[in-house]
Amino acid sequence: MHPALQGLITIIVGVGGCVGYFYFSNMFLDKVVFPAKGKNIGRNINRANIVRPWLFLFPALFALGLYLAYPVVETLRLSLTERETLPDGTSVFNWVGLDNYRQMFGESKFWEAMGNNMLWLLFVPAAATAFGLLAAQLTDRIKWGNLAKSLIFMPMAISFVGAAVIFKLVYDARPLGQEQIGILNALYLQLGGDSPIVWLTVPFWNNFFLMAVLVWIQTGFAMVILSAAIRGIPEETIEAAVIDGAGPFQIFFKIKVPQIMGTIVVVWTTITLVVLKIFDIVFAMTNGQWETQVLANYMFDKLFRANDWGVGSASAIVIMLLVSPILIWNVYNARKEMR
Amino acid sequence: MSQIAGSKSSLNWIVQISVAALVLLWLFPTIGLFVSSFRTADQISGSGWWKAMFASEQVLQMRAADPDDFRVEEGGVFVVRGNLFEEGDEATLTVWGTSSRDPSANAPGDTFDMGDGESMQVAANGDYVWSGSADQMTGRGQRVFITVTSPPEFTFDNYRTVLVSGSTTDSMTKAFFNTLTVTIPATIIPIVIAAFAAYALAWMDFPGRALLIAAVVGLLVVPLQLALIPLLKLHLGIGIGKGYLGVWLAHTGFGLPLAIYLLRNYMVGLPRDIIENAKVDGATDFQIFTKIILPLSFPALASFAIFQFLWTWNDLLVAKVFLIDATGETTVMTNQIVELLGTRGGNWEILATAAFVSIAVPLAVFFMMQKYLVRGLLAGSVK
Repeated sequence: MHPALQGLITIIVGVGGCVGYFYFSNMFLDKVVFPAKGKNIGRNINRANIVRPWLFLFPALFALGLYLAYPVVETLRLSLTERETLPDGTSVFNWVGLDNYRQMFGESKFWEAMGNNMLWLLFVPAAATAFGLLAAQLTDRIKWGNLAKSLIFMPMAISFVGAAVIFKLVYDARPLGQEQIGILNALYLQLGGDSPIVWLTVPFWNNFFLMAVLVWIQTGFAMVILSAAIRGIPEETIEAAVIDGAGPFQIFFKIKVPQIMGTIVVVWTTITLVVLKIFDIVFAMTNGQWETQVLANYMFDKLFRANDWGVGSASAIVIMLLVSPILIWNVYNARKEMR
Repeated sequence: MSQIAGSKSSLNWIVQISVAALVLLWLFPTIGLFVSSFRTADQISGSGWWKAMFASEQVLQMRAADPDDFRVEEGGVFVVRGNLFEEGDEATLTVWGTSSRDPSANAPGDTFDMGDGESMQVAANGDYVWSGSADQMTGRGQRVFITVTSPPEFTFDNYRTVLVSGSTTDSMTKAFFNTLTVTIPATIIPIVIAAFAAYALAWMDFPGRALLIAAVVGLLVVPLQLALIPLLKLHLGIGIGKGYLGVWLAHTGFGLPLAIYLLRNYMVGLPRDIIENAKVDGATDFQIFTKIILPLSFPALASFAIFQFLWTWNDLLVAKVFLIDATGETTVMTNQIVELLGTRGGNWEILATAAFVSIAVPLAVFFMMQKYLVRGLLAGSVK
């Protein structure tokens, strides 16, 4: 069968099943279980209305519970066990306490991943937010600002893998004497460098070449949000500053930035979340070689290359722990807002 | 007002130039890949893509014809005449030389004295006259270094290889359809599920509603890394195994918190009157939802649809864990590209083209529906 046709059929089955559930379950509720007729009509309608929210919510609650809540608990359990494959092919999970964590903390690759993740955490949100703020401010008052914004925003649509290919070409290095096809090395030689550098293999600094890819992608996001925030600043505050004789830099740093501080924090934390889970870029560009390992890739390595589910789960729990302050903060804010 | 802040025109110019520089910096990497996908392998390794727009200069090493076969005696000296280019290869050389140390020593038409009466003359069209004594005019043909300018040249061959050649390693066709098969249901299913849930959370009264909303906000940030092992274990355990169903369910689960959050926030803002009027007129919740709420929520639905589409189309991790099995029949484009990076890391013409095929669809969606994407971003992160 042609792959397109095959795909179409699977799509129809999948989507149809989902729409069908809502339609028929509601029909069932209204026509069969609590029909809105006969002598109990009033009671039936009330009962149907008590049940209906759960009918609406059931698939979502089921999927959320199974795909997000249950894994948190299960991963925690797995991180405390060791998988053992029995001779008949089935596997059992033996309780080993904190052994996986002990083993993980003893590995230098783990600490390298932790260190690099911290580096990413410091650099990427700061750089992306700063560039985003700069772009938002600069494009705010010029005629072709919208065009410029949409071009800077464009990398958001590009996959991490696609971006990895794009930047591999930028970082490409050819032996001395051959024509350089990577623009970074071409520029470097042009500016007086002696020999081309294989950028991705220079320890420590190669992390920054990987981070540049994520900054490139996330700047657009920061810009769009901050640009809307800048638009929302009341004109009077700026007018008053102008009348008081403030220069453009003073207006920006002393009037505008303080007023959008809340948004800057939101942007910062959102990018922080992306950074904590960063996987594809490292996986596609260096796969953690040359001291560029990060936690998510370390975990993938443990899971699917070393086949060590225990340590893999333990490293996933570490990622979860790093995320949880933001989780708590978000829930706290959401509850405060609803009151 | 804008004129007050920007009244200094020199500052305005600086702003314009910085924005232009920023935009160029952001565009440059992508353009590099785009241009490269239209060049042949030789062109890509021969010169940087930024030179592709201009006529390129190349130094070629040519050799005169074998003197033992082709020399003719003319007035006491032996002469070999011919053309350096192959027949049908129309080209023009700009400079030439006989030594590798100075390949641009002579202009076209010059006669170069190679010493002891031996001489070489090369014209712009490649015609040469090589003359000398019997001793000199033997052995191999004289080396000539020429510099030719070839006009910029672009080709669709790479796209042909990647899209229609059917080669098993380079072909993206199958991966393209697989990606579509993953993406479309993985976008629609969570929207349908989330829309019903969001309506319930926004407009229906039931115990525990506030708690559920808080839970959704919390689940928004749970890293999907956590879900990989338990869910893979579950899928293998209940017999779904690795396949489309598994990947749809996974994408649905991971996309739901954002979908519910965005849609609920939007639906809460819809006017209460409409819903109450409909209730008074005897509409059920199901009717209110499908006939009133859904059409009104179109902007929010579109925003999330774009997010989820971009996310599932660009995803590598979920597909690798839940979809792609050992046979590789169900490979998606991102995975295909990572594999190309491994096997054909140096073949930029294939790599660039494959990457561009996978980038093209999200880019098209992005530029067509940017409005909704921006709106969604604003609704999703600014609180």
